[in-house]
Amino acid sequence: MIEVADLTKRFGKVEALSGVSFTAADGQITGLLGPNGAGKSTTLRILCTVLAADGGMARVGGVDVRANPVSVRGRIGVLPHNSNLYPNLTARENIAYYAALQGLAGSALEAAVDRMVVRLRIGPFADRRAKGFSQGQRIRVALARALVHDPDTLILDEPTNGLDVMATRVLREVIRERRDAGCCVLFSSHVMQEVAVLCDRIAIVAAGTVTMEGTADDIRAATGRDDLEDAFVDLVGGDDQEH
Amino acid sequence: MAGLGVVYRKEFVDSLRERRAMLSALVFGPLLGPVLFAVLTSYAVSLQIDEALQPVEVPVIAGRSAQNLVTHLYRHQIDVDHDRFDDMEALREAVRQGDADVGLVVAEDFSEALGNGAPARLWLIADTANNSARPSVARLRRALDDYGHAIGVHRLALRGIDPSLAQPIEVLTDDVSTPSGRAILLLGMMTYFLLFSTLLGGTQVAIDTTAGERERGSLEPLLTLAVPRTVLVWGKLGVTFAFMALSLAVCISSFAVAVRFLPLAEIGMTANLTPRVCAGIYVVMLPFAALGAGIMTLVASYTKSFREAQTYTGIAMVAPPLPILLVILNPMQSSALSMLVPSLAQHLLVTDLVKGEGLDPGLVLLSATATIAVGLACALATVRRYGSERVLI
Repeated sequence: MIEVADLTKRFGKVEALSGVSFTAADGQITGLLGPNGAGKSTTLRILCTVLAADGGMARVGGVDVRANPVSVRGRIGVLPHNSNLYPNLTARENIAYYAALQGLAGSALEAAVDRMVVRLRIGPFADRRAKGFSQGQRIRVALARALVHDPDTLILDEPTNGLDVMATRVLREVIRERRDAGCCVLFSSHVMQEVAVLCDRIAIVAAGTVTMEGTADDIRAATGRDDLEDAFVDLVGGDDQEH
Repeated sequence: MAGLGVVYRKEFVDSLRERRAMLSALVFGPLLGPVLFAVLTSYAVSLQIDEALQPVEVPVIAGRSAQNLVTHLYRHQIDVDHDRFDDMEALREAVRQGDADVGLVVAEDFSEALGNGAPARLWLIADTANNSARPSVARLRRALDDYGHAIGVHRLALRGIDPSLAQPIEVLTDDVSTPSGRAILLLGMMTYFLLFSTLLGGTQVAIDTTAGERERGSLEPLLTLAVPRTVLVWGKLGVTFAFMALSLAVCISSFAVAVRFLPLAEIGMTANLTPRVCAGIYVVMLPFAALGAGIMTLVASYTKSFREAQTYTGIAMVAPPLPILLVILNPMQSSALSMLVPSLAQHLLVTDLVKGEGLDPGLVLLSATATIAVGLACALATVRRYGSERVLI
């Protein structure tokens, strides 16, 4: 369960968030949909505890991110935007490093890493160094290391950027599996089709605030548009918006 | 603190596989330093030997009228060239241009004045601003003084006067420096190379583990893990320290080998880099690796990219050895106060060791404490930096 209320954040003169509020329930996939620069990444980074909000409240599994960041970090699995692997380590070593840092050791660590290698179909390149991996291979390893400690909350920032069809399919399968296992999955995207296909609930973010929250049907009904894309354009403030 | 070992092992393996890090730890600093040192020293030594043995050629005008003088100069390894210049102005110009180190002009009435017992004039033409000509000028001057002195003694003896009456004082110089003490002039350079290669050996690692990690996009996911930032920073610092310590060890060893091939004995010096002295140097210098790891990691953690980090660590690398230059210009002895200044402390202690003088354990402890304290302050500042969101944005 992720709860966000009235979150604000400034970077110098730029107001990145001007009051973001939404909730993401357990056992559901929630999508943050919005144009580039709307504040999606900033919101997710606050939830991951790597940025501190200026105001408002953010809780993960009932734990306040500011009051107890280390406890929050223990229960989340994160795939940041443009995140990368250690090029000198093999795929397996990259995953094992995160597993060890999350407190796994010995045979439990080995088993968890093996499980991830199988699940994300990393086997063919598991023992190659990450230098020179394709974007699809990189994302699969990055997702594996985010999931290796079996977190109950999953935060993914634009995970499907630049992925080919096969990698996107694996990613979607894994996200759905986690949802079905009762995880709270929150992910951001600026691709509407992506969100429409995958998400149970959608929060539309524009200019640092959430303009609408609900299921795809809710959003179509509220805006009076049959097409989700038209509804989206209405909600983010029209075609001419430039960020 | 199990996480500390995990971070340390990962960063160590990562750096071992990074060719640039390995090259700078094991090759660039540790080996190029001593090689450069050996070349410079051999050159300096060979120059010094040459100066004493090689004849100097001096253009002389009107020298044929002073055959006794020319013979005297010849005995002092000074070859006279009668034919190069006829004209004093041309000789002056040649010395001014550096074409000749020194020139000598014999006055027309030289022989006559000498015969009459009047002062016989010689013009010594030299450019005192030309450093490379200085040894030749000094040798000619000394030879001329000897000649004048010999004639003076002869004249007094002819008149039945004891020549020692004309020499009221005699100054005897007693050089008390030990051979290895004299070697300090050359080996002083060594501490500079040691400090420099210590820093160089770990700087690449300091950059890779901080700015490099950030630029590659590996830092943000790392910061979302349930590991205290202190653990991350100490793991990174530990590996940088290890590389600097390794680099220092390689550098000392290569110095110990290099000095065996230097002709130090030929100019009356010995370099006592025995295994025991080398071990002492290592112990004395090791705290500087802790300081270096702290400084370089801190500087690199404030930069956003690899290239930016290289610029700033490059600047930071110049600063620590600066106190050594101060001592070279204004020599000082080890004292409690000087032990508080990192790099200066190590330089003075290593100098004592190489001179063959004993070390005061109190001073060694003081220098280690002061140097490590500065390194620790840098480490804490880095931990603070990693606790702030600014390390990412």
